[in-house]
Amino acid sequence: MALLQISEPGQSTAPHQRNYAAGIDLGTTNSLVAVKRSGQAETLPDEEGHHLLPSIVHYAENEILVGHPAQVLQAFDPLNTLSSVKRIMGRGVADLKSLDDVLPYQFDAAVDSTVPRIKTRSGNVSAVEVSAQILQQLAARAEQTLGEDLSGVVITVPAYFDDAQRQATRDAARLAGLNVYRLLNEPTAAAVAYGLDQNPDGVIAIYDLGGGTFDISILNLNKGVFEVLATGGDSSLGGDDMDHAIAEWIVAQADIGNMEPVLMRRILIAARKAKEDLTQDDSSEILIKHDDLDLTLSLTRDQFDQLIEDLVNKTLMSCRRVLRDARLDKTQITNVVMVGGSTRVPLVVNKVGEFFGCTPLTDLDPDRVVAIGAAIQADVLAGNKPEQDILLLDVLPLSLCIETMGGLSEKIIARNSPIPVARAQEFTTFKDGQTAMAIHVVQGERELVSDCRSLAHFELRGIPPMTAGAARIRVTYQVDADGLMSVLAEELSSGVKADIVIKPSYGLTDNEIESMLRDSMEYAKEDIQARMLAEQQVEARRVIEAIDSALEQDGHDLLDDQEYAEIEQARDHLQQLIETGNADNLKQAIKQVETVSESYVEKRMNASVQKVLAGKNIDQVEV
Amino acid sequence: MSISLTEVAADRVRAFLDNRGKGIGLRIGIKTTGCSGMAYVLEFVDELEEGDEVFESQGVKVIVDPKSLIYLDGTEVDFGKEGLNEGFKFTNPNAKDECGCGESFTV
Repeated sequence: MALLQISEPGQSTAPHQRNYAAGIDLGTTNSLVAVKRSGQAETLPDEEGHHLLPSIVHYAENEILVGHPAQVLQAFDPLNTLSSVKRIMGRGVADLKSLDDVLPYQFDAAVDSTVPRIKTRSGNVSAVEVSAQILQQLAARAEQTLGEDLSGVVITVPAYFDDAQRQATRDAARLAGLNVYRLLNEPTAAAVAYGLDQNPDGVIAIYDLGGGTFDISILNLNKGVFEVLATGGDSSLGGDDMDHAIAEWIVAQADIGNMEPVLMRRILIAARKAKEDLTQDDSSEILIKHDDLDLTLSLTRDQFDQLIEDLVNKTLMSCRRVLRDARLDKTQITNVVMVGGSTRVPLVVNKVGEFFGCTPLTDLDPDRVVAIGAAIQADVLAGNKPEQDILLLDVLPLSLCIETMGGLSEKIIARNSPIPVARAQEFTTFKDGQTAMAIHVVQGERELVSDCRSLAHFELRGIPPMTAGAARIRVTYQVDADGLMSVLAEELSSGVKADIVIKPSYGLTDNEIESMLRDSMEYAKEDIQARMLAEQQVEARRVIEAIDSALEQDGHDLLDDQEYAEIEQARDHLQQLIETGNADNLKQAIKQVETVSESYVEKRMNASVQKVLAGKNIDQVEV
Repeated sequence: MSISLTEVAADRVRAFLDNRGKGIGLRIGIKTTGCSGMAYVLEFVDELEEGDEVFESQGVKVIVDPKSLIYLDGTEVDFGKEGLNEGFKFTNPNAKDECGCGESFTV
């Protein structure tokens, strides 16, 4: 007999049709998996009841160990036991220099690859492969628990992860055979776990104090879309520092002179236990026995608070800095969410509450809150919830643009827009009687199409012949939640339409995206100049087009030879400059054509008015 | 006509309803799909529908539509664990045959 779960009203599915989805918190030190069952999102324990899976992978002779068994081997075989690989996800060999002190591994410099390879007994491995092992282990736990295969997962990443790091995380999931519904920012997941996404808007501070790192993020929630306003923190500040503060106090109290590593280790363990006791109790007994040392100390909550006060104040300084980056006052923060095991310390909660002037949210287990948020989002994305609950969190990595006359790129949807998104813009025809329009879809931040990436070409045909500028062609760009893009072009007076479906990020590697972004900043000045020149060239061609068609019609009727020659000369001068001139002298030449043809334009107007009025008496003229 | 929950199942339903923050009870029903013809439905209930029968078992409201009731009379719903997995189990005296997975049955 199968084990059934309760669904939302009307959301029951046929047997085996339900999509099971998991949320995964892929952490630097520990990872977790959570699923939503019978309306409740929970992290899943392994057979021994551990919810946390240490993010450690051991490469043995002919097997790979993940989690606790790997952790045990870390002290004995550090070079083949890899931990904290999250720090090198998506990093190039050059980036690793700064991490040399943190990671003890031997990187294989001989391998000619942009991805760093760590030497192990079973060959070279990359951070992506190590992460894939951890993901696989967690997915297997979820599948065993659910008794079903996972249709997809949501994996959380730090808000400050760049595209390369995000892509590496996606690659790791693909390697583990998982379908990634979405990568979710860790602070956003924490906010979702507390149901804050159900509010219409708000400004949320996520205070994440773990064992060794501190992150503070400010999120802006607007109509269900979370935007990361600013992030900050300290990559070497956390609960471990509290342990050290207590350990130093113990050493000072006991007046221990000669410190050997084994004793230091014992003292640290005792310090950690005291810290954990003091989250509940007002005082803690510290017992240390080592050789002829027999120590009994009592540490009160007040004493402990004094020991860690500087540390907590340091995190508040980061909070102040990040608020300044977000250009916010702390009174504008509507909610504060506590994440990370070290936020169990009462002083932390009190100080943070005092700083922001509101009670921090602490109901959920701070170690699990990120995974729980990911599971809630995964359940929605798997289609187990009514449509209106869907939360939209992805943003476009690069702007989507259209080519306009002169090879210019006009942005239709700006980079960082949350998706799904649809934007429309109206364009018109350039020539009299133009019946078709070529639409060129490009992606990038540069001003000229030739510097952006081409995505697609298509044509709108059947535009009724009109004078230049009379047709109204609305071009709509649309990107759905999966990143699939469609473009629709419609001539509004006649209703003729054409459309095309494109996959925007197809074939764009993250390096390409990165370098495209960098280029757009580097070449900003040149781009603007190129844009101005191209605009003047387009304008010049339009002026010549108009003058030519007018001269052909009635130039010899309305102008004497000298006037005609003057206009023609100015026009030819302009024609020459299109190829050779710069934006400024093109502008002058256009002006000159306009000046010399001023009286001609006037004559043409009068002539056409007379033509309309000819043969009619005053009563027949409609005003 | 009756449908009942075991004490364990009732406790879990209550906990899930509390966690959800709304809902008046548990809907038990059947749908004509699945590999052996009929499949169980287990849903939260926010509003009663016309013709719904309401039973009370272990302090939890169990809601059944009249059509399903014919096939569910005498059913007991339990909550249990199998390895890492846990969920609700049906003991239905009307079911003659279950498919291998137990999610659907015939009468």
